[in-house]
Amino acid sequence: MDSGSVAWMIMASALVLFMTPGLAFFYGGLVRGKNVVSTVMYSFVSMGVVSVVWVLWGYSLAFGEGGQFIGNFDFVGFKDVSSDPADGAMLFAIFQMMFAIITPALITGAIAERFKFTTYLVFLVAWITFVYAPIAHWVWAGDGWLFELGALDFAGGTVVHINAGIAAVVAAYLVGKRRGVDRGVEPHNVPFVILGAGILWFGWFGFNAGSGLAADGLAISAFLVTNTAAAVALVVWVILGHIHTGKMSAVGAATGAVAGLVAITPASGFVGPMGAIAVGLGAGVLTFYAVRIRYKFGFDDALEVMAVHGIGGIWGALATGIFAVGGIGLVDGDAEVLGYNVVAVLATIAYSFIVTFIILKILDVIPGLGLRAEDADEDAGLDIALHGERAYVGDGAD
Amino acid sequence: MIKIEAVVRPERVNLVVEALIDAGCGGYHIANVTGKGTQQGVEVFTGRGATITTRAALPKTVVTTVVKADKKDAVVEAIIVASRTGEDGQIGDGKIFVSPVSEVIRVRTGEKDAAAL
Repeated sequence: MDSGSVAWMIMASALVLFMTPGLAFFYGGLVRGKNVVSTVMYSFVSMGVVSVVWVLWGYSLAFGEGGQFIGNFDFVGFKDVSSDPADGAMLFAIFQMMFAIITPALITGAIAERFKFTTYLVFLVAWITFVYAPIAHWVWAGDGWLFELGALDFAGGTVVHINAGIAAVVAAYLVGKRRGVDRGVEPHNVPFVILGAGILWFGWFGFNAGSGLAADGLAISAFLVTNTAAAVALVVWVILGHIHTGKMSAVGAATGAVAGLVAITPASGFVGPMGAIAVGLGAGVLTFYAVRIRYKFGFDDALEVMAVHGIGGIWGALATGIFAVGGIGLVDGDAEVLGYNVVAVLATIAYSFIVTFIILKILDVIPGLGLRAEDADEDAGLDIALHGERAYVGDGAD
Repeated sequence: MIKIEAVVRPERVNLVVEALIDAGCGGYHIANVTGKGTQQGVEVFTGRGATITTRAALPKTVVTTVVKADKKDAVVEAIIVASRTGEDGQIGDGKIFVSPVSEVIRVRTGEKDAAAL
């Protein structure tokens, strides 16, 4: 790698890491005031647990040359992962680590306000090992079966977003509905939501414009289409919200922006500016109605992970096949990539669903674990009950 | 001694407390509250900017003061004048609760009742 690319990729890795605390504030603002510390910690603790797993065996399982379905143990403990900028192996492993950190953090939006924190730590280790690493291998490793097939996922539409969205559905279903939210939950801090969405948007430039692993024209193009899709989906959300309610929601603007960012993720290396507008339009409309429809279902995906990341991610994967330029997209009359991406979407959905289900079922029956916090702890708020801390200490007594 | 609690529009609080002082009140305290009266509450987004619901969580301010019984009518009238909006008043202008107080003690001196007000 040239020094410019090394510099950019170090920065891009830091940008992607910064998305996780951004997500923490995004989610933290959406919950009730008694569960803010808990919700923020679900994301922040992933920076600890997943970083360690990644260095010890996660990277090796995801990117070792172990065959079509999973890596091997060649790179355990980052053994033989070279920091020589000439091959950039360690830099790639660092960049990928940041993706592994944020993906399970995305899931926590579905289980917020009631998932038992100790069990969550175990879930992080198991999920990165048995769900994230294999799917990352399929899609991004040189010998992965979806990579060899020809499925195109530039920055993680399948591996990160569809994967997290489906795991979120499973987790929300298995942990059950929150107590006392039948009338809906009003986000306790809207500026937090905007702050978090802003940090996510900022970090996403590293996520997408870094995924070409070089400081080149592709990175520049990915930057523009990323911003454009987010912008379009933001506008679509506030307009649709106004049509349905007569008011313009800031939380809606933030949700729309994130939905646009999700959808452009797999497409960001393949579509042009006009394609990005189409991706953002589709993402805005689909995720908006997905959120409205989700209320009719029985599962309590508290912060709409499936609607935003699942639906947004599926749309992005399909849109990549439709709007990719250079003679490979449906707009140029070629349906091949679209077909491969349909396969990638279905494989991700099936694998993530089944293995996440198995992991959570096992954690639920292990003595001392279990998925759900005690009812009394949930009622009191997970912050004070499980963390011994409050987001807002207002009484002045000490 | 009489306690007067006035639930008023938050934007009228400054007018109300000025009127209290003019009417001869020695002090008052203020609390911001949310709730529902004749007004039906407030519309808020509960579905990520996609769905909206009505919550009984309208912001109001409660101004509380304790006065000697002979000042009651003047203080109540002052609050009404200061907090009524428009020509004939509107729904949401507030409500005043009047109740007796059995004892008042000033912490610094131990003075009681009228002397403590």
